[in-house]
Amino acid sequence: MAEKGFQINRLPGFATIAVAAFVLLYLPIVTLVVYSFNASNSVAVWGGFSLHWYADAWANQAVKDATVRSLVIGVSAAFLSTVLATLAALGTTRRRAFRGQTFIYVIINQPLMVPEVVTAVALMIFFGIIKVATGYQGLGYLIAAHTAFCIPFAYLPIRARLESMDLTLETAAADLYATPWQTFRRVTLPNLAPGITAGAMLAFVISLDDVVITEFVKSGGQDTLPTYMLGQLRRAFTPEVNAISTMLLAVTVVLLTAFFLLTRKKD
Amino acid sequence: MSPAEENAIRQSARNGWLLSAPALIVLFLAASGPLLIVVWYSFLTANDTGGVIHKFSTDGWVGILFSYDIFEEKWVLADAHLTIFWRSVWLSLATTALTFAIGFPTAWFIATRPAKERALWLFLITIPFWTNLLIRTFAINEVIRNEGILNTALIWAGLIETPLRINYTETAVLIGMTYVYLPLMVLPLYATIERFDMRLLEAAYDLYASRWRTLRQVILPIVKPGIIAGSILVFVPSLGAYVTPRILGGGKNMMIGNFIELQFLQGRNWPLGAALSVTLLVIVMAALLVYVRVASRDRGTGHG
Repeated sequence: MAEKGFQINRLPGFATIAVAAFVLLYLPIVTLVVYSFNASNSVAVWGGFSLHWYADAWANQAVKDATVRSLVIGVSAAFLSTVLATLAALGTTRRRAFRGQTFIYVIINQPLMVPEVVTAVALMIFFGIIKVATGYQGLGYLIAAHTAFCIPFAYLPIRARLESMDLTLETAAADLYATPWQTFRRVTLPNLAPGITAGAMLAFVISLDDVVITEFVKSGGQDTLPTYMLGQLRRAFTPEVNAISTMLLAVTVVLLTAFFLLTRKKD
Repeated sequence: MSPAEENAIRQSARNGWLLSAPALIVLFLAASGPLLIVVWYSFLTANDTGGVIHKFSTDGWVGILFSYDIFEEKWVLADAHLTIFWRSVWLSLATTALTFAIGFPTAWFIATRPAKERALWLFLITIPFWTNLLIRTFAINEVIRNEGILNTALIWAGLIETPLRINYTETAVLIGMTYVYLPLMVLPLYATIERFDMRLLEAAYDLYASRWRTLRQVILPIVKPGIIAGSILVFVPSLGAYVTPRILGGGKNMMIGNFIELQFLQGRNWPLGAALSVTLLVIVMAALLVYVRVASRDRGTGHG
């Protein structure tokens, strides 16, 4: 019937382009990682294996401060946005559709739609006014901004998890005279836990990676790791930036792998 | 409906609002609400030392297309601004086209792998997707810059003698944006191709359609919603791009995002920056509206 080896869904050249795409996608990242272990001072010449860029980064007080700041903001924003997103997910799923639900979706997903640079400018103006009015210059502004744009990322996996849980367990608990709080604490929350963990991890990754909003909102001396790197890139390229990138990359990959294992559909 | 039932429904809606309220308040204070201030600022007068003077003016909006010539004492068409808009639009369109050219075969390849392998291939696409944009831009910069591995490899192979000067050109921005936004094209394309009924191909080939004709008349029309979704997901962030043009384009190849920053951080024309931000926001919203329209129409008349 068919010619030998004719595969119905194969299109000529597609596999080649696809494999090339994967190579091109990973080649720059691999290069970046490899050169972070380069002994030579130049980013272009390979001078043997060395960890000294990591040592340099580690010894650099600015990098240490930026790391601590990134972690404080990331953990705070991930925690706060996950709590808010969990509440919102409980409010918008598993109940009869109500008036204004679409409005709630739009507001929650708004950070995914508005160009980051526009939000950044808006927050710079708004927080600038508050800074003048209150005199407060601390990390609170960055935490608030990060919390807001992390909400949709935390919300999506939590909502997905909730939608896959029907209300029978909760009804059963209520039939057995559990109070609403007991039902929530002992039935809903444990079942929802993987979704919440996944949401918190995504939120943390998103906060850790943010450049644009942080760059506009931060006060003097409030660099996070990404804005520190952006500042460095404007000057000379040294493999120190590769070393920092590699460390951030490692955190992202570990968290993402965990995320996929958590949200993987059980067969 | 009994009063008790009605009551329960009302109670449920109220709980829905109450539970969502904390998130909505934070989002309003630290994301949506301040956008209104930007609209307000676009109608104020620029203060030469930064910030605004609270006096109504439309200069910010006029300044998008015109600049005031202090010698001639009149408004003239601002060529520099038009160049930036044109660059932003064509680079975003070119990025969309390039990501499609590479992304469609890639998505097709993943969707036609055995079911067990697919998750792994998808995971390989999602890792770069979630990786810091700055790191990815920096990584592509390592490849294309003058002493980067691309030039090193080409010189070593004897193909060129002097390094290709890609960096700080529009080409560099285009390569960079294609690189960083490719996963945004592949993911929605994959989602539609995965639902594509491969038996349609059998039918097409049985009816003596060539591969090219099958691609054009069977596959592409059916996966069109995925193409539109992917195109908008790439076009929208490209148009508002800030990090990639800043690192790869240098000061000469600004896009709208960098132009906005310039007004706030160096140019000191906040009303112009605000007007540009509102313009960008409106264009992006219009693109997203088209997307929502198409997506809901697809769901309404969906096949299978």
